[in-house]
Amino acid sequence: MTPVHPQLQEIVDDFAAVSDKDRLQLLLEYSQDLPALPERYAEHRDLLEPVPECQTPLFLAVETGPDSVVHLFFEAPAEAPTTRGFAAILHAGLDGLSADEVLATPAEFSSQLGLQELVSPLRLRGMAAMLARIKRQVRDQRG
Amino acid sequence: MALPYDSAPKFQEYAHPEMIVSTEWVAEHLDDPGLVVAESDEDVLLYETGHIPGAVKLDWHTELNDPVTRDYVDGEGFARLMSAKGITRDTTLVLYGDKNNWWAAYALWVCSLFGHPDLRLVDGGRAKWIAEGRPVSTETPQRTPTDYPVVERDDKRIRAFQDQVLAHLGQPMIDVRSPGEYTGALLHMPDYPQEGALRGGHIPGARSVPWARAAAEDATFRTRAELEAIYAGEAGLRPEDDVVVYCRIGERSSHTWFVLQHLLGYPHVRNYDGSWTEWGNSVRVPITRGDSP
Repeated sequence: MTPVHPQLQEIVDDFAAVSDKDRLQLLLEYSQDLPALPERYAEHRDLLEPVPECQTPLFLAVETGPDSVVHLFFEAPAEAPTTRGFAAILHAGLDGLSADEVLATPAEFSSQLGLQELVSPLRLRGMAAMLARIKRQVRDQRG
Repeated sequence: MALPYDSAPKFQEYAHPEMIVSTEWVAEHLDDPGLVVAESDEDVLLYETGHIPGAVKLDWHTELNDPVTRDYVDGEGFARLMSAKGITRDTTLVLYGDKNNWWAAYALWVCSLFGHPDLRLVDGGRAKWIAEGRPVSTETPQRTPTDYPVVERDDKRIRAFQDQVLAHLGQPMIDVRSPGEYTGALLHMPDYPQEGALRGGHIPGARSVPWARAAAEDATFRTRAELEAIYAGEAGLRPEDDVVVYCRIGERSSHTWFVLQHLLGYPHVRNYDGSWTEWGNSVRVPITRGDSP
């Protein structure tokens, strides 16, 4: 299996270390920690990319700086904690990494979180879609 | 022992007022023995963010579906599930959920396949309970397992399969998806994932009545008169009709099934849960595109 970056691996390990019941609780905690949009996006929603593959619409923005450091921004409603949780995992796991490190993240990493049985594969597709869109934007921005 | 019915005047207009309760009724009876309140949502974590105190969670993806075959759990699986939730065959099972009770209606329909005797839906669901500032709890109740009997699922009365729908062509059918899905312009719900239909359009003869038209702004069901104007008036259904309803996987159409069967009292309504993800992928079944049935 392709290794994931240590920053993301730490989250994967946290999920792997707990029981099923606590794993849902952990996802909920992540969802509560998703950072709010900074003003420059909150006031310009048109700059956000929709991710229709998520059950509840999610919006994201990606910034790749001149130093090649990637920053991620997400917006999902409070009534969609699962989607928010997925976004928060990607934020905590990938924000601040280099473009190359983000692009090296294996598409199937979400299967290592142990959420299939708890959340269902269909719902997990949303996370894979977010990652795919993030990578595409990073590739575009790097030019 | 079954709990008393909600005597709210709005409900008395419905054909089966015993199938629906208000948030006030739930608040009043929350501690009554014989009652289990269950939350069923689209989002699998919403329950964990706070639910009606004492309510159990019932998840459509992970609990009501068979994990391998595209089907619902069988009699034994259902008995295990009900037992784990502390539900007996005599329990008054009251369901509520997000999105106008969309998933709660689906759960109610699945429970109806097993003939659970006393099922009710909370008018307005989760949205109304929260909008009214009623208490929520993040505590998962510890339920004592029960001795729920194994009851075989009855797929004849309220469930339709593809071959039955083929034989039903020409008789009343309601497509409850969005207008774009109905005409064939879209292969999936607006803003939702593509769940894999190869062809777009609708089953020939099906009339389009998007499911959410049955709900008011506050997520409660419309009054009987309003519902009759939509389903009898616009869609031309008659109570004696044999009606098939469908959507994409059978969830949104469970909501319409509830409206037709329990609020309007049509006795012959079946939900085709294979719906568009089956029909739109099947070889050589007829499809109509465009706005006309």
